[in-house]
Amino acid sequence: MQLSEIKAAVNQFIDEAFSPDLSLVAWRQRLVAAGWAAPMWPKAYFGRDFSPAQVAVVNEVFQARGVVGAAQLGPRRLAAETILAHGSDAQKHRYLPKILTGEHAWCQLFSEPGSGSDLAGASTKAERQGDVWIMNGQKVWNTSAHHADFGILVARSDWDVPKHQGLSYFLINMRQPGVQVRPLRQMNGHASFNEVFLTDARVDHNDLLGQEGEGWAIATTTLSIERQGFARGRGPTPIHREITGRVFEEYAKEIAIDNEPYTWYPQREGRPDLVLQRAEATGAINDPVIRQEMAKLFCLTEAAKISANRVAAERTRADNQVLPAGSLGKLGASVIARQAAHVHTMISGAEAMLSGPESAEAGLIAETLISVPAISIAGGTDEIQKNIIAERVLGMPKEQRMDTGPFRDIARNN
Amino acid sequence: MQTLYTDDQNQFRSVVSRFLEAHATTSQARELQETASGFDQAVWHQMSGELGLVGTHLPEAYGGFGFGMIELGIVLEEMGRRLYCGPFFSSAVLSGLAVAELADEANKIELLPKIASGEERVALVLDDLNQVEGIGHQLMISDQGLLSGTAPMVIDGLSAQRLLVIAGSATGLGLYQVDKGAQGLSITPRVSVDQTRKLAEVVFVDTATQFVGRVSPEALNRFWDLASVALSHEMIGGAERLLEDTIAYTKLRVQFGRPIGSVQAIKHRCADLLLTLEFAKAATQHVSFSLAAGEEEKHHPSMVKAMVSDCYRDIAIAAIQLRGGIGFTWENDTHLWFRRAKCSEVLLGTAGYHRERMIQSLGGQDAA
Ligand SMILES: Cc1cc2nc3c(=O)[nH]c(=O)nc-3n(C[C@H](O)[C@H](O)[C@H](O)COP(=O)(O)OP(=O)(O)OC[C@H]3O[C@@H](n4cnc5c(N)ncnc54)[C@H](O)[C@@H]3O)c2cc1C
Repeated sequence: MQLSEIKAAVNQFIDEAFSPDLSLVAWRQRLVAAGWAAPMWPKAYFGRDFSPAQVAVVNEVFQARGVVGAAQLGPRRLAAETILAHGSDAQKHRYLPKILTGEHAWCQLFSEPGSGSDLAGASTKAERQGDVWIMNGQKVWNTSAHHADFGILVARSDWDVPKHQGLSYFLINMRQPGVQVRPLRQMNGHASFNEVFLTDARVDHNDLLGQEGEGWAIATTTLSIERQGFARGRGPTPIHREITGRVFEEYAKEIAIDNEPYTWYPQREGRPDLVLQRAEATGAINDPVIRQEMAKLFCLTEAAKISANRVAAERTRADNQVLPAGSLGKLGASVIARQAAHVHTMISGAEAMLSGPESAEAGLIAETLISVPAISIAGGTDEIQKNIIAERVLGMPKEQRMDTGPFRDIARNN
Repeated sequence: MQTLYTDDQNQFRSVVSRFLEAHATTSQARELQETASGFDQAVWHQMSGELGLVGTHLPEAYGGFGFGMIELGIVLEEMGRRLYCGPFFSSAVLSGLAVAELADEANKIELLPKIASGEERVALVLDDLNQVEGIGHQLMISDQGLLSGTAPMVIDGLSAQRLLVIAGSATGLGLYQVDKGAQGLSITPRVSVDQTRKLAEVVFVDTATQFVGRVSPEALNRFWDLASVALSHEMIGGAERLLEDTIAYTKLRVQFGRPIGSVQAIKHRCADLLLTLEFAKAATQHVSFSLAAGEEEKHHPSMVKAMVSDCYRDIAIAAIQLRGGIGFTWENDTHLWFRRAKCSEVLLGTAGYHRERMIQSLGGQDAA
């Protein structure tokens, strides 16, 4: 389809199908049925096989018309893309539409207290009993798990094979007695995450994603999607105009819930956008040492943006292939965040001791200073990104592994 | 001048250490940071009474213990290690040093014994915590002898029983004291990143004061030097503790079938941090030895605060990073030190400020 044809088609669809009085779900069901909810997806699965350039046109029209699109915030995106890539035909039909309509919220159940960097060292037990899998163990750092209807779960189904081969990937219903969710408070005071305790939780064998033992390979897909999200930054929340109507009211509620865990995320990126105005407001702009540090920061932020654009362009050429460039971008985000925190500290001077709504930028600077440490840990630490870059991008020799052989015999935390 | 601590000084350190081990735990810090005053009266009494720690560095003639910067440094390092919460830094260090260095004789006789005994907790009101050159520009004494102006951040300003103020006037800088009940004085608590060290905004409007001493630029600079070195000791204690705990963690934490501390990247980072710490610590302790011997060099205090600011911050960043996700949780104590490190980094001058001040002391031309 030509870009102009797309524009016309979307406009026509909105004219015919959209009404602000629809329920959010009813509207999105129409979107899904027509292939406009996820136009980048294959035609066979609710999409239109669109290229990124074509998708951009669709998004523009949605924005211009002030119309709500498919649900896409939070971990549901990770679930959707992974199911799309690895699910059976039945699983795709069962789960994808309700992700797009927002009827089902999802969470990611990967990290464990004992295995974070070493995700493949997960020791949550999955035991098969006929047509059902029984889960026991603990997960941690689960965003939005307290709102989630389903989770993507990596658990160990075989303890006698090497660790990467003994994992399986499950789609678990969170609304069951065996699943207990507790909030986890971070050092910046927010509680955006949860701990999830699985005690004889049940998963239908139909909800095994891929084959038994393929859990690690599938998890890798999820993780690269997550990493790209980091490098790209969280896009703006689709803007909706102040039009009243049921669909918008329901959408506002959904956004509020989905965005709640992420209110501090811009702060963990260091808020380089606030640097110049802070420097001007405080007079630090006249300090030659601080000017140098600011300039270093702006070199980094600008170059990162340029590089990310190149990666994105490359990606369209390489037919939406998942590139290891994600690790480099994520590492860059950490470097930028730390430099930004450093610059903010220099600009504020002793005022950097103050926190709360009456402190600089209504508390955003203080929140930045105590949130930045997260960026180099969440979603794979800097150290792990460096290992990936060195081994996969640079092709440097791998370190000798100490975790080969049956998982049962590998040293791990108690 | 000594190069190492003497046996007596090491003995003194273990006494202080034992006391704080029992009376300054992180669970106490967590409780105290939720309170307005931020300190425990009973611990303060024990510390000042039985142990006499509060007067460690103050002259015997004025009720102090008669030790100097070396022993003060020891106390502060031990406090920094344990995140001791209380008015030691505000009253004993800032106010104690201000009176000792800046007050006239009569006022030393009046004030120092009260400070040294811990009987009065005194906060020092400075209108600039960034640079010594800025002090006394916002707080001014009128021709009628009344004090007006704002100090945006005063350590323990709320809980102190008395205020000391460095203010400007037509005839130069002076040290003054103000009663907590004085007219025109208002004190508002501020939210601090590091809730284990309480801050308050102090505002004076035509407030009556009592003159304590004339403050020459040289004396003020010496006071700033001593305070910066004292703070550096506290920071070194915190940095050292954080690094030790972090390294211990890397030895225990297993990922990929091995302790994370067996990974070369982590070993190297820890080794780098130890180098930073060793340099900063050696320099800090050396400066106190030289101050005690009266052989200090002019650029040394700023050299020390600059190094320690960077060192503590870098160790605090690594302490969280090397713990991974657990280090970013509220439940884990690491962020308590991280917050202390971030605030101490900028208190009494950033590293950038002190590097410039050091160069100027070395005779480098003023950049401006
Ligand atoms: C704010 C935040 C949000 C998060 N969100 C999510 C989420 O949504 N979903 C989710 O599943 N998880 C999430 N996590 C968890 C996160 O992915 C893990 O914390 C992270 O992968 C590190 O694992 P860990 O905490 O177990 O630390 P560890 O793996 O124990 O790491 C400790 C330290 O050792 C280093 N290290 C470990 N192995 C090596 C090695 N081989 N070489 C060099 N260094 C090494 C690490 O880099 C780190 O510095 C989040 C964490 C945070 C802090």
